[in-house]
Amino acid sequence: MTSRAETFATVKAQIEPFNAKGVDLTEATSFVGDLEWDSLTIMDFVAEIEDAFDVVITMNMQAEIETVGQLVDAVEKLKD
Amino acid sequence: MTEAPMPDKPVVRAGGSPDLFAKFDPLIKQREDLLATGQQDPFSLVMEKVESPTVAICNGNRTILLGTYNYMGMTFDPDVIAAGKKALDEFGSGTTGSRVLNGTYQGHKACEEALKDFYAMDHAMVFSTGYQANLGIISVLAGKDDYVVIDTDSHASIYDGCAMGNAQIVAFRHNDVAALEKRLKRLPADAGKLVVLEGVYSMLGDVAPLKEMVRICKDAGAMVLVDEAHSMGFIGENGRGVAEDQGVIDDVDFIIGTFSKSVGTVGGFCVSNHPKFEILRLVCRPYVFTASLPPSVVATAETSIRKLMHGSNKRAHLWENSKRLHGGLKDLGFTLGTETPQSAIIAVIMPDLEQGAAMWQALLENGLYVNLARPPATPANMTLLRCSLCAEHTAQQVSEILGIFEKSGKAVGII
Ligand SMILES: Cc1ncc(COP(=O)(O)O)c(C=O)c1O
Repeated sequence: MTSRAETFATVKAQIEPFNAKGVDLTEATSFVGDLEWDSLTIMDFVAEIEDAFDVVITMNMQAEIETVGQLVDAVEKLKD
Repeated sequence: MTEAPMPDKPVVRAGGSPDLFAKFDPLIKQREDLLATGQQDPFSLVMEKVESPTVAICNGNRTILLGTYNYMGMTFDPDVIAAGKKALDEFGSGTTGSRVLNGTYQGHKACEEALKDFYAMDHAMVFSTGYQANLGIISVLAGKDDYVVIDTDSHASIYDGCAMGNAQIVAFRHNDVAALEKRLKRLPADAGKLVVLEGVYSMLGDVAPLKEMVRICKDAGAMVLVDEAHSMGFIGENGRGVAEDQGVIDDVDFIIGTFSKSVGTVGGFCVSNHPKFEILRLVCRPYVFTASLPPSVVATAETSIRKLMHGSNKRAHLWENSKRLHGGLKDLGFTLGTETPQSAIIAVIMPDLEQGAAMWQALLENGLYVNLARPPATPANMTLLRCSLCAEHTAQQVSEILGIFEKSGKAVGII
């Protein structure tokens, strides 16, 4: 697997415990629109992702991230 | 002249441009649904008369106040009132100007001197509110490449201070020492860092583990700001707050506070030992671009702050009240925000907004005012009845309060 594919798989696995509606996860899945997460869920989820990849996702970055694909891209960039 | 819009005749805007109020529709509906059940609006109560720090007349009824931030009961202190009246007579009703132009009177300086004495710190800057103190200090200290690290349960004024500046903002899970440490370690070693903490978190009344957190911040080279809004005057040997109580006040770079709680008037401040602190008076926009506090307000604040230095008996009584109310409510079967009493705030957790509002109204009808708090102000989407005690509540009043909670809780079916 490429690094990006691995990151995508890990992100997907991290989303599952928060995926109350059982939404099918793709690059285009949106956190607010499709998963219908509120701000508390987003905060908890971001903390999990930060710990999983040992990175910091600032609130400034979070404001730009709407979809799973965008999150994977952001994590990829932060890991370097 | 334009015709008043009728409910069934909505205004039509050119180009089909939407009503900017449309985004509030869900909130408007939630309120209407709640009020349609006969519930009194918990967010528009009027205090018709205020008799003392602990008693007011609401809806014509004598009501015990258990939802103010008047922790030390200073609002009716005779010396405080006399100082305010004197300043009103001698300096007039307002300054009509900014602190950096015509709005610094002798009283503002005296008030800053009182704060320096109270905290034993070198510098003090008085703002028009605590909200503005957080806005100003946080937004001005951290620049674009700096990091501000905040607790997820931070007060709105801290979030807004972050939003107003252009630093990188990092949040960590509430009061989680390990989460803070991990995030600090992940930041670039050479970046400027400001960690913003609160002594007492006002929704649940829980205290921060400042001893560990401040050490971790120092190890990471971060500056530390502690908002002690809800602990000033009450917590710590000299009432300086949680940082004093946990023995780390000397390692805290900035303390932010307010006059709207224990001090008993309105206003905000920042105190610090930083040698360059005074420059902030010129660069902090919420300090520069707003009018200064009226002379009577700074005179009441100064007098109150000086009296709070000698408030150890009152502090002891307030602790007794907090312990008794916490223990009593627990014994009655209520679910509380903290396992033990940690501050003058005791949060009673309600099953949902409807029952919380019903309980709030039952308490009020039985002569007790508490704060109803609900999302998004509360953590974890909780509905809370927040009780804040006052050093002027008598033991008799605390018994009365417990009686009212029991009666109302049973009537609403919460206990
Ligand atoms: C933690 C905290 N900081 C700041 C403030 C703002 O204080 P003020 O009422 O002076 O604007 C408050 C009060 O609401 C608060 O609870």
